[in-house]
Amino acid sequence: MNWYHALLAPGLFANPSVQEAAVVGALVAAVCGPVGMFTVMRSQSFAGHALADIASTGGSGALLLGLSPLLGFVVFGVTASGTMEMVGTHRRQGRDLVTGIVLGASLGLSALFLYLTATSQTTTGAAVTILFGSIFAVTSSTVWFAVGVGGAALVLLGLLYRPLLVSSVNPELAAAQGIPVRLVGLAHMVALALAVALSALTIGAILSTALLIGPAAAALYLTRSPGRAMVMASGVSLVVTWIGVALAYDSYDWLPSHQGWPVSFFVVLLVLATYALARVAVWRRVGPRRRKAVPAGAGWRGER
Amino acid sequence: MFSGFMVNTWLGGSVMAAVAGLVGFFVVLRGSTFAAHAIPQGAFAGAAGAALIGVNTLVGTGTFALLGVAAIALWSRHGRNDVVTALVLVSLLGVGSLFLSLSTEYAQQAFSLLFGSPLAVSSSELVPTAALGAFCVALLAALYRPLLLGSVAPELAITGPVPPARAELGFLLAVGVATTLALPVVGALLVFSLMIGPPAAARQLAGRPSLAMGLSAALALVTAWVAIAASYETNWPVGFFVGTFSAVWYVAGRAWAAWSRRARASVGPRARQKLALGRAS
Repeated sequence: MNWYHALLAPGLFANPSVQEAAVVGALVAAVCGPVGMFTVMRSQSFAGHALADIASTGGSGALLLGLSPLLGFVVFGVTASGTMEMVGTHRRQGRDLVTGIVLGASLGLSALFLYLTATSQTTTGAAVTILFGSIFAVTSSTVWFAVGVGGAALVLLGLLYRPLLVSSVNPELAAAQGIPVRLVGLAHMVALALAVALSALTIGAILSTALLIGPAAAALYLTRSPGRAMVMASGVSLVVTWIGVALAYDSYDWLPSHQGWPVSFFVVLLVLATYALARVAVWRRVGPRRRKAVPAGAGWRGER
Repeated sequence: MFSGFMVNTWLGGSVMAAVAGLVGFFVVLRGSTFAAHAIPQGAFAGAAGAALIGVNTLVGTGTFALLGVAAIALWSRHGRNDVVTALVLVSLLGVGSLFLSLSTEYAQQAFSLLFGSPLAVSSSELVPTAALGAFCVALLAALYRPLLLGSVAPELAITGPVPPARAELGFLLAVGVATTLALPVVGALLVFSLMIGPPAAARQLAGRPSLAMGLSAALALVTAWVAIAASYETNWPVGFFVGTFSAVWYVAGRAWAAWSRRARASVGPRARQKLALGRAS
């Protein structure tokens, strides 16, 4: 056995489900970087996480009605994000409360859908599969749909880049410049819903939140340029996903019972490690006395 | 409905609902909805771990709830609150997904843990439930003033006898304990709904904090009782009723606030007549 077999087990690159997971991982990473950066800048991590669970509700509803889960994911996610943004207030406390109320109602519906599905079709594992998801559950018809949804999210962000950036950094300044802040916020929520629906469907709700928030927050600690932060976040997402897939493939041989360990476990660990390293790096550069003055992304805001 | 094992559920459910309503008042006041959602969902992963090594579910959820509380309190002091909460949540769930993949006979139990079950409280759990509930209420009573001050005027709270960071830790601890109590009945995904719907409405209806807290506990009790009874009758998951009811409370609270504001702002019919006459002449 060669030394590199410790990380790259024999047969890794020839395995079709690993290949598909690598392609989907790359797509999700490309979308998560830019969308995640704006989400972290606007302190909307809760919405980012909630939309993953809400999209899963759509998935369970579609499962009950026998429709395509893809449709359920996207329709439910976009509707919920619109509701949150329209009902929500500008203050963060009120916004989080509305997010929570919408999430609670949606999870309740999800419970009912899954209960009805389980009693009529006896699929007891559905709850766990929908919540936790699996990167290896992707089929090739899903891949094309995923490309479309991810592309739509990126195009929306590209069209809105400048006004969204200004209104994320300083809403008052944006309003003074004549930018419709509320409308731009709504468009961002729709882009977020699309990105989250894509990643929740392909890699599961846990990984969706981890890849959306972790790499972007780490990148905003390390760089002051928004463009560089987006690229860095995408790059980190890509690397941790690929390493996670490789480790999950290897883990088949780790226990005598030959049970593979889940990809989400490895990816989440790597994301957490990246974020911790970024915080330590800033802490060492700025020093313990100044660290309070450096929240993520504060450097180029002129807050320091 | 009121015989045998259901008595345990009514007693345990009442304790956990009252505690959730009281804790929830501060959750809404401090804008900690995300933490209140993340701690129970992370605690669910602990239940999977408990099933794997064969200990009581309550021990597993309690341990993971405390882990989540400690991590959020420790790291958010310097970083962004919501980012840290999100990362703590996914870390706990990542470990949970490992537990789930290693244990085989878990899917059946997982559904009722996620979405609640009216048969979840056994008679041996009544004493621990009451003790934890009393601890939670005592903690809130001790921290009542610092928490209130920290929510309304953070600058003033720094000068108080209890440092804001310690008050926050105590508050999150109360959320963790309330989570452990409510999780088996309401379900890991819907515990936070019980903590935000009733207090959000109570805050709109009552101005004084103590009154709003009492009202919040009362509304949470009503929610839990109706949810348990409806779930017993229909066999649908408890979580569905809790989530729906919380949304109804919130909408009712907003509607009441909007209506009373308009009623205060508008003038009476006589004055309106005078105004119209004045404009005509």
